[in-house]
Formats: sequence, C-alpha cells, structure tokens
Amino acid sequence: MPEFLQFAFSGLTVGAIYALVALGFTLIYNASGVINFAQGEFVMLGGMVTVFAHAAGLPLPLAALTALVTAVVIGLALYRLAIEPARGASPVTLIIITIGASILLRGATSIVFDKNFHSLPPYAGRDPWIVGGAALLPQSLIVLGGAAGIVAALWYFLTRTLTGKAVLATAANRLAARLVGINTNAVVGLSFAVSAAIGAIGGILMTPITFTSYDSGTLLALKGFAAAMLGGMGNPLGAVVGGLMVGLLEAFSAGYISSSYKDAVAFLVILGVLFLMPQGLFGRSGVERV
Amino acid sequence: MTTLLRNSLKLAAAAAFIVAASAAHAEIKIGAVLSVTGPASFLGDPEKKTLEMYVADINAKGGVNGEKINLIVYDDAGNPNQARTFGTRLIEQDKVDALLAGSTTATTMAIIPLAEEAKIPFINFAGAVQAVSPAKPYIFKTPHTDLMACEKIFEDLKKRGLTKIAMISGKDAFGASMQQQCMTVNKKYGIDVLHQETYGPGDTDMTPQLTNIKGTAGIQAVVNPGFGQGPAIVTRNYKQLDIKVPLYESHGVGSKQYIDLAGAAADGVRLPAAALLVAEKLPASDPQKKVVVDYKTTYEKATGQPVSTFGGHAYDGLMILVDAMKRAKSADKAKVRDAIEATKNFMGTGGLVNMSPTDHLGLDLTAFRMLEIKNGDWTLAN
Repeated sequence: MPEFLQFAFSGLTVGAIYALVALGFTLIYNASGVINFAQGEFVMLGGMVTVFAHAAGLPLPLAALTALVTAVVIGLALYRLAIEPARGASPVTLIIITIGASILLRGATSIVFDKNFHSLPPYAGRDPWIVGGAALLPQSLIVLGGAAGIVAALWYFLTRTLTGKAVLATAANRLAARLVGINTNAVVGLSFAVSAAIGAIGGILMTPITFTSYDSGTLLALKGFAAAMLGGMGNPLGAVVGGLMVGLLEAFSAGYISSSYKDAVAFLVILGVLFLMPQGLFGRSGVERV
Repeated sequence: MTTLLRNSLKLAAAAAFIVAASAAHAEIKIGAVLSVTGPASFLGDPEKKTLEMYVADINAKGGVNGEKINLIVYDDAGNPNQARTFGTRLIEQDKVDALLAGSTTATTMAIIPLAEEAKIPFINFAGAVQAVSPAKPYIFKTPHTDLMACEKIFEDLKKRGLTKIAMISGKDAFGASMQQQCMTVNKKYGIDVLHQETYGPGDTDMTPQLTNIKGTAGIQAVVNPGFGQGPAIVTRNYKQLDIKVPLYESHGVGSKQYIDLAGAAADGVRLPAAALLVAEKLPASDPQKKVVVDYKTTYEKATGQPVSTFGGHAYDGLMILVDAMKRAKSADKAKVRDAIEATKNFMGTGGLVNMSPTDHLGLDLTAFRMLEIKNGDWTLAN
C-alpha cells in the first residue's frame, strides 16, 4: 500500500505539470486551430526567468511576476509577429511556424541566460510529509493546488465572463463570432497570452522539484501534447484528465512493470485509447451538423 | 592576350608570396573539434577555453621547438556528423600536425577512423573505454573511463563491507555504458547487484524506481551512473524517501552544479572523481597537488568560472602532446606518435600517466579519489 501511494503521488505531481502544458495547447487550439509547439517554451521561460530574476536580487514573488509578464509578452509577440501575418495559411504551415518559434526561444534563452540546469528554493518546507507510509513533498501539493486553481479560474473565465464567452464563441465558429461583433483577432491574441501565462505558472511552480534549463521545454511539450490528444484536443477537462493519466501511467508502469519501458507503456496505452476513440476521451465528435 | 599574361603573372607572384610567407612562419598546427555549444557544451566549453588559454601561454613563452602553435578550433555542437566533417577539414584543408578533439564518446568515435587513416596523432576527451580499447596506433585519450569509476566505487564498497547493492542508471549513452561496464567487474569485487532500475534523460521524478529499491530486502548501498540533472533528482528523491543506505554517484556529477541542484540531500553522497575537485584540500605531500592547484587558479582567474574536471582533460591532452613534440624534437607525425606512447610519469590533472603500446590512457585506479560531499562541499573520503 505505501508503494501504491508513493507511485500515485509521483504520478499526480508529474501529471499536474503535463496537464498545465496540455491546457495551454487546448486553449490556443480552440481559439485558432493552431497546435502551438512552442507551449513547452513558455513553461521553460517561467522557470528560467524566475531563477535569473531571483538571482539578480528580486524577491521570489516579484521574480515570479517578472517571469509571468515576460512569458505573456513573448506569447503576444509570437501571435502578432508570426501567427497573425500567416493567417489563412494551412495548419501544417502554422505548426511549422510554432516549431521554428520554439527553436528560436530555446536558442535565445541559452544565449541570454546560460545552458546550465537551475533550481529554485521550495516555496514551502523542504521536508516531506509521511502520508500512509509514502513521502509527499509540500511542493508537490503546491503544484497540484496550482493546477487545480488554474483550472477553476479558467472555468470561471470561460463560462462566467463575457470575454470568456467570446473565446468559446470564436472556438465554436470563427465566422459566426465575427458576424455577431466579436473581435476574433483580439480573442486569438488573448488565448496566446493566457496560454503563455498558464505555461509560465506551471514552470514557476515545478522548478523547485524538476529543475529547469533552456531545453527543458521540448520534452514537456511532447508529453503535454500526448496528454492533450489523449484527453481530446480542444477540451479543457480532457487536457487535465489526459495530463494526470499520462503522469500516473508513467509512474505506475515504472513502479510495477519496468522503469526501462515506462514511456513505452504510457504511449502504448495512449495509442490504444486513440485507436478505439480517435477523438480522445473527451473529444468532440468529428461529425459536423449541416 | 596581354591581360591573360598579366593576370597569370599576378597569380604567379601571389603564389610565390604565399609560399615565401608560409616558409617564413613555420608553425605547428593543432586541430580541435569540440562540442562548444549544444547539449555537451558543459564539456566542450571549458575544453576550448583551456586549450586557447594555454596555447597562448606556450606561444608567449616562445612556442614548442622554436615554432609557434596555431590552434584551429571547430564547434561540432555535439553532433557526430559535424565532428566528422570538421575532422576531415582539419586533416585535408588545414593540414594539421595533431588533433586534440572529441568532447563526447560519439563525436570521438566519428573522428577516430579519419585520424587512423591519415596517421595523425589524436588525443581525445571521450569518457567511454571504447575510445582507446583496443589500442589503435594513433589514438590516445586523457579522461578516466567509466570502467575505472565502477572499479573505484566497488573497491570502496568492499572496503566498507557493503556487498549487496542496487543500481539506478540513466538511459543516456553515459549512464547505459557505465551500467554495462559495472556489470562486467562486479563479480571481481564480490559485489552482488540485487536490483536494477533506469530513468530517462528528461525524467523529473524518480520516486517510483527508488520506492522499488527501498522495498528490495538486503540492499546495502545504491549506485547511480549518470550525468546532468538526473542524478541530482535521484539524490533529492533518495532523501525524500528517507533511504538510509549510502548513495554512490559517478564521476559524471563532478561539478559544483550537482551540489547546487541537489542541495542538502547531497550530504553524505560518495563519488569517484579527479583530484582537481579537491585541489586545495590535498595534503601538501601529494605529488599531484601542484599541477591541479596551478591549473585551477589559472582557469578560474582567466574565465571567472569554477573549474571542472572536463577542462582538465584538455589541459592534460595539450601538455602530453607538447611534451611529446619536445622529446621528438619535431612535429613529425610518426615521431610524435612514438613519443606520446612513450610518455612516462607525466603528472596531469587527471592523475599520473604512464602510456604503453597496449595502454593509450595510462591512468590507473589511483588517479581517482573517493570523495564525500559534506556541508555542500567536496571532501576526501576516509
């Protein structure tokens, strides 16, 4: 039983990080139909900028805020300078643009900062709590709590505010949204800003556990993308469930089957699910009403 | 017609000038292909800085055999294909007299066939034992091998009476190779490996693997072959799960960065490493003390960065090569090769080097020191 709990804690912590990356994918995909492969770079920026702002003497909360603002500005710049000018291009072209942007961001970070790994002091205590025989770091709870908070805030924003409803409307039908007077360009720009902010918060929360470096975003983007596909691209709830599932699958297969094959097991399950449910667990059906 | 003639005359004059100029400036050309950028930049960057620093120093003191060294450095960014391209360029276009190259095992293996074919002395900085075993006439290397690291760890375990261990290894080339090497010598030291786990290069949580190790009965110590951020996470998770038995890391974590990342959890961790990490703490009687303290002070003063063992490997390579050229009294490739192979009692940052026709590394187990981390700093164990 303590083993089971330990694996679950590990899986949930890692899964919460994947879920935040997957949420970022989902938001931008919904608003613009673009799969933004630079999403992992926002997470990396959140961590790296916080580390260096903190090292430069800023108190931790202010350093985190700096990182958040930096990521949002870069997210908006990505939209204004790269995505918007290419409006009307095919999805494949847009995806290639985002991959290019992620390479650019990685390179720029390695030059502006450095190529080393960095950590941050934990925001709560360093000593683990023992729950049912398994060790749980307070920082893991902060990551989980942060992810839950973001999901709640996002739900409130999307369903209870006019701007949020405009985002949903744009996602449902861009032309119709424009016809009823929604500034769809602003909405898509907003979705890039919010995605960047979610990514950066993820990076800020996870860095004390996972460390960060200029190239840590690549793998996160891959896992987050897998999580978003598993949950059903475009569904925020699916992104969260998908993220947690990928994390738990990895932890349990590393624990109970073999650590050498843990990624293989996780991706086999994902393939299996997508084979039976090509839209993902919570995805919209591909059939369109006429 | 006249223009053609005039142009040919110009060309001939230019050619004559170039020939005269190169004859007047006889120089020794040393080619370096290093991973200055990219994922292995923590190896290539200090290597490049070290080579440039010491070549400038040697030239300021009058060069080698009265000739200046011309160092040509190319950056392969950790890519073996590029390493091969640059290696070819150094040999065919730049016509170098010797090669100091190969930051990683992969890039080194790409250059070895080129150097062998062109019969150019080649000292590399690869970690794995394949880079000099079996010994090839023109290939030498300076860094300790992963096999030696395993032996040093097992030697220490045996001394402490710990014979039943678990291993958790990185899945990257370094971790996988060291894990294999360890499994070839564990019986020699009477060590039983009861349980094995692995983790991927980008993994951020190793508690599931460590939980299984913790749950294996009879484990007396854990060995973690790996480099980069992985071992730091393993060390933290180890502390988090409150595993009581000693943890051994590899020489791959021999930089201050590991201690910074792992924090307090690193206390009590042991690892085999070059004497460079504990330069000031060596007893004054230690024959290696002078060379490591000198290199450390020079490097840290020139670059403003903490010294790492990796730049030390480049220092050793350059000094062995220069020493061989002096003894050979020329930069003739075959003579220099013979002289490198005859290197005896050379004290480098990596240890005492005694080469032979069958051993092109020349280090033994005494080259490694067993270190223990105490209060966030390296100390000599025992």
